[in-house]
Amino acid sequence: MPIDRAVRSTTLAVRLGAVVLTGALLAACGSSSDGASADGAGGAVTITVDLFGSFGYKEAGLYAEYEKAHPGVKIKQTDTEDEADYWKSLQTRLAGGGGLADVQGIEVGRIASVTQQQADKFEDLKKYGADGLKAQFAEAKWAAATGKYGEVLGLGTDVGPEAMCYRKDLFAKAGLPTDREALAKEWADWDGYLSLGKRYKAKAPAKSAWLDSVGSLYSIMIGQQKERYYDASGKLIWEENPALRAAWDHSVKAAADGLSAKLDQWSPQWNQAFAAGSFATMPCPAWMLGYIKGQAGETGKGKWDVAALPGGAGNWGGSYLAVPKAAQHKKEAYELIKWLTAPEQQARLFEKQGNFPSSTGAIEQVAAATDPYFSNAPIGRIFGDAAKAAPVQVLGVHDQNIAQQITNALSEVERKGTAPEKAWENARKGVANTLG
Amino acid sequence: MTLTAPAKPPKAFSSPRRESSARRAWRKASPYAYIAPFFTLFAAFGVFPLIYTAYVSLYRVELQTPGDMEWRGLGNYTALLGDEFFWNSLRNTFTIGVLSTVPQLVMALGLAHLLNYRMRGRTFLRTAVLLPYATSVAAATLVFAQLFGRDFGLINYALGVVGIGPVDWQNDTVASQIAVSTVVVWRWTGYNALIYLAGMQSIPDELYEAAAMDGASRWRQFFHVTLPGLRPTIVFTVIVSTIGATQLFGEPLLLEGSISGGISHQYQTLGLYLYEQGWGFFHLGRAAAIAWVMFLLIVVVVGVNALIVRRRSRKEAGR
Repeated sequence: MPIDRAVRSTTLAVRLGAVVLTGALLAACGSSSDGASADGAGGAVTITVDLFGSFGYKEAGLYAEYEKAHPGVKIKQTDTEDEADYWKSLQTRLAGGGGLADVQGIEVGRIASVTQQQADKFEDLKKYGADGLKAQFAEAKWAAATGKYGEVLGLGTDVGPEAMCYRKDLFAKAGLPTDREALAKEWADWDGYLSLGKRYKAKAPAKSAWLDSVGSLYSIMIGQQKERYYDASGKLIWEENPALRAAWDHSVKAAADGLSAKLDQWSPQWNQAFAAGSFATMPCPAWMLGYIKGQAGETGKGKWDVAALPGGAGNWGGSYLAVPKAAQHKKEAYELIKWLTAPEQQARLFEKQGNFPSSTGAIEQVAAATDPYFSNAPIGRIFGDAAKAAPVQVLGVHDQNIAQQITNALSEVERKGTAPEKAWENARKGVANTLG
Repeated sequence: MTLTAPAKPPKAFSSPRRESSARRAWRKASPYAYIAPFFTLFAAFGVFPLIYTAYVSLYRVELQTPGDMEWRGLGNYTALLGDEFFWNSLRNTFTIGVLSTVPQLVMALGLAHLLNYRMRGRTFLRTAVLLPYATSVAAATLVFAQLFGRDFGLINYALGVVGIGPVDWQNDTVASQIAVSTVVVWRWTGYNALIYLAGMQSIPDELYEAAAMDGASRWRQFFHVTLPGLRPTIVFTVIVSTIGATQLFGEPLLLEGSISGGISHQYQTLGLYLYEQGWGFFHLGRAAAIAWVMFLLIVVVVGVNALIVRRRSRKEAGR
């Protein structure tokens, strides 16, 4: 009997051993192949860049130029259209510590999350000498990406001074003035803009609305405020914030008057509508110009124009380039983003794509810029004035998520006819769920 | 452990013709070595995540700061009881599940019945019904999202020709759920049809012949021979479809690319709500709790299914 038992336990040991061994072998295979695939051939370095929306570097030819000046460097860019999707996948990869690009774009609405929650996941660019660049940038832009201990966590790309883009041809068909100065006077404030919208609606071409969505109206109006969701001390104030409520009320009014084409921003339907002429005006931060060009295409050239924004200057968006700690080519990545955010490149990007520079030197350079696509509008002056007058915004960790809940609620009013008070209640619940 | 030492005596007594103990041990162990890769992978990607998810569901954890874990006990679960978004997504999962599973299985049954006839190009047709299943969820849903577009969609265009006003397939609650269900039905009908077809072919021809002799029409044959013969197959497809419906995720996510399942969560399923909590709001603990609730839900639903089936067949046996 003891013999029998011993044999059985031997086989058990062997079984266990086999399992463990196989596991170890598998693990060994996994790790060795990981290590080998790190780099390309012949000492060439491929810098990966992962962005959202349209930064326009490739379109403006900046990558090609950088590669030419730095033989042996290749730049590979990936791009996600919707920033919310981009941020989600970036967070997942940061948590896992793998799959990160050498350069990651960060939207300004998320930069507080980076500086307050994830400073340890990004390179302190001071290590590479970023301190010396400080004087180049607008002060607020620089400060927003600075961490608790003075780390520099990202270099500023563009800012989002706001204006109003509109379709001159549709305005003419509806019998509205088309001159950008005259319009700026007509819509000196938001009430003027909405009543002009009613005039447009009365004689509008078929299948054309005054603006794309009330969500974009809300976003541009909230961009004119200094305090939005949080106050300077980091306390949530959005529910009591009268400025936010005013933006909400105007958006609700636009929905009630039937002024919007009811299109979700960044949706495929929205993209199709640019070429189809489904809306006559679109509140546009500077970076939106490149997006409009991309979506409306050649046929839209000369039909669009840009005028000053109703109700004063504001800022919507703008971004940063950061280098994650898990990046493979940190030094090279820093060199690249230093070059991309230098004044000369920022100025060129504005002229080609419309992304307004956050670099003070570049702002002077582009003051006289005009854009043939937008009927030769003096975009350098319009956006420059807006950038100077725009408030320095208080940023919070959950800005973007809260904004999303409010925009959703506005869409309910716009598309499902939900009563505004009910929708506000829904927004409140949504925000509570978000903050959890 | 003294495992090898006492094992020696039998070796000493064994006859020379018997294989060496190392060889014998290998012969006995090798099957385990062959299946070990699966179980190793299963342990790494199946069991570990399961246990880790259960562990995480007891804490308050954010994706951005995974190091800070705050003990909540069953708090994440009890919070779900009072969470109207959870109940909403549970309700949606149920209605979309019914809207997609019922027509899907009924159509599959009819389709299988037709494919079971002798006709030309039968093999081609049988392969063709499987094609939607071979399409990726993403590709299929993106095409359907275009078709269901409010302003430029083909379906609204066709409805317009017939004189029915444009339907807001994305924002209207019922319409959006029908849109999601359509994608599911389109993808899975052919798959289920082939399973039914296989089941039908195992029904002996004599039964049909006898029925025909008794003067039963095709229709009656279908009801009185085919359906009872298919019962085990139908039970199988119902269970598999129910599990699939409970986990529905890709189709509603891609319809608009909205993780909240539309502006007022009108077609947010449990899977989507889990994703929104975990990867939209980064509340990993709450997402893990939802995952476990979904798991338990599936176990309960499948268990109830099995009970009903067993009771029915017992009743029949007693008859």
